[in-house]
Amino acid sequence: MLASLIGYFGDFDLAEEATAEAFAIAAQRWPGGGMPDNPGAWLVTTARHRAIDRLRRDRVLAARLPLLAPQPEEAVEVVTDPPIPDERLELVFMCCHPALAIEAQVALTLRAVAGLTTEEIARAFLVPAETMKRRLTRAKSKIKVAGIPFGVPVASQLPERLAAVLAVVYLIFNEGYSDAARANGLASDAIRLGRVLAALLPAEPEVLGLLALMLLHDARHEARFDGQDLVLLPDQDQSRWDWRQITEARDLLDLALLDPSLQARPTARGPYALQAAIASLQAETPLDWPQVAALYGELADRTGSDVVRLNRAVAIAEAGDPAAALAIVDGLDLPGYQYWHSTRAELLRRLGRTAEARAAYREALALARTAPERRFLERRIAET
Amino acid sequence: MQYALLIYSKPGAAEALSPAEREANHREYLDIKKLPGVVGGASLHPVETATTVRVQDGQTLVTDGPFADTKEVFGGFYLIEADDLDQATEIAARIPAARIGGSVEIRPVVIDRG
Repeated sequence: MLASLIGYFGDFDLAEEATAEAFAIAAQRWPGGGMPDNPGAWLVTTARHRAIDRLRRDRVLAARLPLLAPQPEEAVEVVTDPPIPDERLELVFMCCHPALAIEAQVALTLRAVAGLTTEEIARAFLVPAETMKRRLTRAKSKIKVAGIPFGVPVASQLPERLAAVLAVVYLIFNEGYSDAARANGLASDAIRLGRVLAALLPAEPEVLGLLALMLLHDARHEARFDGQDLVLLPDQDQSRWDWRQITEARDLLDLALLDPSLQARPTARGPYALQAAIASLQAETPLDWPQVAALYGELADRTGSDVVRLNRAVAIAEAGDPAAALAIVDGLDLPGYQYWHSTRAELLRRLGRTAEARAAYREALALARTAPERRFLERRIAET
Repeated sequence: MQYALLIYSKPGAAEALSPAEREANHREYLDIKKLPGVVGGASLHPVETATTVRVQDGQTLVTDGPFADTKEVFGGFYLIEADDLDQATEIAARIPAARIGGSVEIRPVVIDRG
């Protein structure tokens, strides 16, 4: 409803206020007079009328002319069944426009698309409500003044702009996922947003890929922590995984990676679908490491990321070839990355080069930030 | 909506181009000026020709140039009419300075409702 009004008036604040007013009127009238046949349409129409009234008043005041006769309230009831186009997609693209700062994109999307209150968003990101309010106000004002469009981008810009939308949703998910207690609720909000996007863009493989990826990660959250300590994937209690969610993700993934009509899209086999495919394989026993390595290889080609290449090396080692894995690791330029050192150390240890392995573990230890990681590395140094 | 496209160039970037490339760039600037929606603009002489004016306690202070050592130099602008920011961005992206080390700043113009 908010989406439709913002689309109609191109003004976030006006649409929000008019929506609130329409709900207030409904709360007053519906209990006594009964609910209209189409409550949604009634609300949109009422809100539109309220907004038009306000625009008219503002304009009139600005022109210092006498007030126009107020619109009769009856007019509201006459229009009963106007089409309400689903304009959430336009709203999403507006909220995730690259001309807005990423924090603003995230906050706007949670506010306008996911329907969180400003206070809820502030709490989730651990900032004062005032700060979040200012952030949202600034973003809304930029949308209005700079003319950020309310619309779906043209086909030539769609892949890039869609990537920005998906990045916002995934950022929200990770913000929720990295929180052991998941108290901020952001992981569920992100999945909800992912479902909305999948309903609106059912033929976009990356949209399905992202939803599948989030569902797969989320399905394991009960098993991921032992108190405050992270439990690594092979040590997780699989009976605590949400298998229904894993099945749902795999169905989405089948569509994204195998449906012939979707494979023609420029975004086919994109980073989200590939990561989801890897996460799906990781939920299988025994784990198909050669297949995981192949998918990491494809993902590395797509993203050019050395961290992905490092993961590919791990998969190759697990598939039985630590020497080939070490050759890949040594070719990567990640000197400030703790996991590059710890992976090197692990491979050197397996190849029996213990002195080099210990030195590499120490490098990793120097970069480790959390106590559980430090404990783990110290244990390794003592054992090697 | 009306937008100003403020063009900042990287000092020396234009000089590094071959005469043919420079000529092609120049033509592009003229072509942009002829686009529908472009309602005005100006190209400015180099920053070495600039003079800065300040008024303090009623006294006019004139100094040579702006402060130096800026990485990008304001070199000119277009004034355009566009439906929204995306349309303005499309025109801005055609400005040669944007792809040879400089940048274009898009600023909505205040409409004076008098």
